[in-house]
Amino acid sequence: MDMNVSNLACARGGIVILEGVSFTLSAGQILILRGPNGIGKTTMLRTLAGLQPAVEGDVSLSLDHLTYGAHADGLKSTLTVTENLNFWAKVYGVSDITPALSAFNLHDLKDRLAHNLSAGQKRRLGLARLLVTGRKIWALDEPTVSLDVASVQLFADAVHAHCAAGGAALIATHIDLGLKADVLDLGPFKAKPRDLGGFDEAFE
Amino acid sequence: MSFWEYANPKKFMQTSGIFLPWFAGLAIVVFVVGLVWGFFFTPEAENFGTSVKIIFVHVPAAMIAINAWLMMLVTSLVWLVRRHHVSALAAKAAAPIGMTMTLIALFTGAIWGQPMWGTYWAWDPRLTSFLVLFLFYLGYIALWEAIDNPDTAADLTSVLCLVGSVFAVLSRYAVNFWNQGLHQGASLSMDKQEHVADAYSNPLYVCIAAFILLFIALVLMRTRTEIRARRLKALQARERAA
Amino acid sequence: MIAILIRDLRLGLRSGGGFGLGLAFFLIVVVLVPFGVGPQSALLAKIAPGILWVGALLACLLSLDRIFALDFEDGSLDLLATAPVPLEGVVAMKALAHWLTTGLPLTIAAPFLGVLLNMPDQGFGWLVLTLAIGTPALSFIGTFGAALTVGLKRGGLLLSLLVLPLYVPTLIFGAEALRRGAEGMAANTPLLMLAGITAGVVALLPFVAAATIRINLR
Repeated sequence: MDMNVSNLACARGGIVILEGVSFTLSAGQILILRGPNGIGKTTMLRTLAGLQPAVEGDVSLSLDHLTYGAHADGLKSTLTVTENLNFWAKVYGVSDITPALSAFNLHDLKDRLAHNLSAGQKRRLGLARLLVTGRKIWALDEPTVSLDVASVQLFADAVHAHCAAGGAALIATHIDLGLKADVLDLGPFKAKPRDLGGFDEAFE
Repeated sequence: MSFWEYANPKKFMQTSGIFLPWFAGLAIVVFVVGLVWGFFFTPEAENFGTSVKIIFVHVPAAMIAINAWLMMLVTSLVWLVRRHHVSALAAKAAAPIGMTMTLIALFTGAIWGQPMWGTYWAWDPRLTSFLVLFLFYLGYIALWEAIDNPDTAADLTSVLCLVGSVFAVLSRYAVNFWNQGLHQGASLSMDKQEHVADAYSNPLYVCIAAFILLFIALVLMRTRTEIRARRLKALQARERAA
Repeated sequence: MIAILIRDLRLGLRSGGGFGLGLAFFLIVVVLVPFGVGPQSALLAKIAPGILWVGALLACLLSLDRIFALDFEDGSLDLLATAPVPLEGVVAMKALAHWLTTGLPLTIAAPFLGVLLNMPDQGFGWLVLTLAIGTPALSFIGTFGAALTVGLKRGGLLLSLLVLPLYVPTLIFGAEALRRGAEGMAANTPLLMLAGITAGVVALLPFVAAATIRINLR
């Protein structure tokens, strides 16, 4: 169930920005990705999620074990909280959304349209989606944006519970979430500028 | 030494740099020969008058218009299968040329159609197909222009070119079918080649050769420009990253 | 997969716009034509098949850019692409949802608009039949166009430019089958061609569109 990433290189807009990234994420582990803006945290998470191809390197994990949580929550504003969650639960073949509603304290809001939620409430709903995927590894991109202190605590509890149950989490964030976590700084993996366009030979 | 070596941008630039002036020069010479021969040393047709001589521009332009799309289809496939950048850029380079040739064919056809059929435009299957082909070129070029990331643009335009080719062939059959139902279109869509007297056919072949040479020269020139533009972009990106 | 279909239908119905807008547009086009060409019944009856088909096609075009653009903006498309359902299936379901909210209502509404244009009696059956067979092709071709332009700002206009040439064969065979049917001629050949296009498009284009979306998300 471990995820081994070795010598991974990722590109954004045809330019390699990260190279030689290697780490292991084992069950129960939380790994925080750090690094300045633009270093490529989002790019790396998208690569791990299979949305874009890796330039080089290997990831020893089937995509079936990973779920990706992006900046955007993927909520439909004209659907209610329950309908939004139910949809993702069905897509992932999970039947019960009650644990997800409880974990993020959404029971009182469950018949509201997503349209009428505050930014923080939307975020909580977006995070609740993770619980209905049934996936072992969460790859999260800035999960706590617009959450208040109490909600950050809810999130931290959910991550801890998930890891205690044998899951793992890979989280890109700038703030301290109060998690018992290991930290991976992406700074040293910044790639030397090279062009992916196949025009290298044009510069010889 | 494999053919694919020329897919290396640097190799392509070297080789095309040597050949380009020859193609361009030859195109000019053959053009002068073909057009002068065609315009001044052929008899006037008894019932069409001088206007028939527009055939020396019209027919080659129409041929290039179709074959440019075929070339784009092949280069798009090469890009999708083998990921050679020069191939994708050659497809991009050929599109505006093909579009211009389509326009030339349509306009010269209209000018010729007026004395011959008494109308500039008829919804004849052949004319209609060219109009549809023009629309395909427009869409293809617009898609290239709209996408920032060059690799994404190359991928998507290639897919469009493949799907578009299928639909272009479908359209051709549909249009043939459609006009048959309306009126007798055969008198308008006579195959020009078959009706051309021998006196016209030889200069016509020369003009077709001239257009082919011109097309090759223009595609080489434009591909070289695209490669230079890409190098420039790569350099700028590298500077920003450093 | 069914969940995706239900979600898209629900979204289409709730956001109001997409669903009613296409129908209203169809109505307006059909109402405007007599203002433009004059009220002679014979003339209207003659051009009715073409007007109805062109109107339905344009109405279909209106809601195409919503198929993927909204899901792209709110991040759902990323999540759907990483979800345990094949993206080809997602695309096919979205195209089907588009047809159910656009093509099907247009098909049902068309006979009423046919009355306005003085369609010959024997044409009504053909009108419903050709639209029922042809509009799925419009939705699936349009879905491919929407997939091509999904990442673009102001992709709507470009989408029309890309999709309209692709609509030519469908329009020709659809309108021709209807015209022949309405005039009491044999219409089997164009009808079969229309069905052939629809079958081919429904079977193949979802794969192309899914590949296109993967390229666009990259």
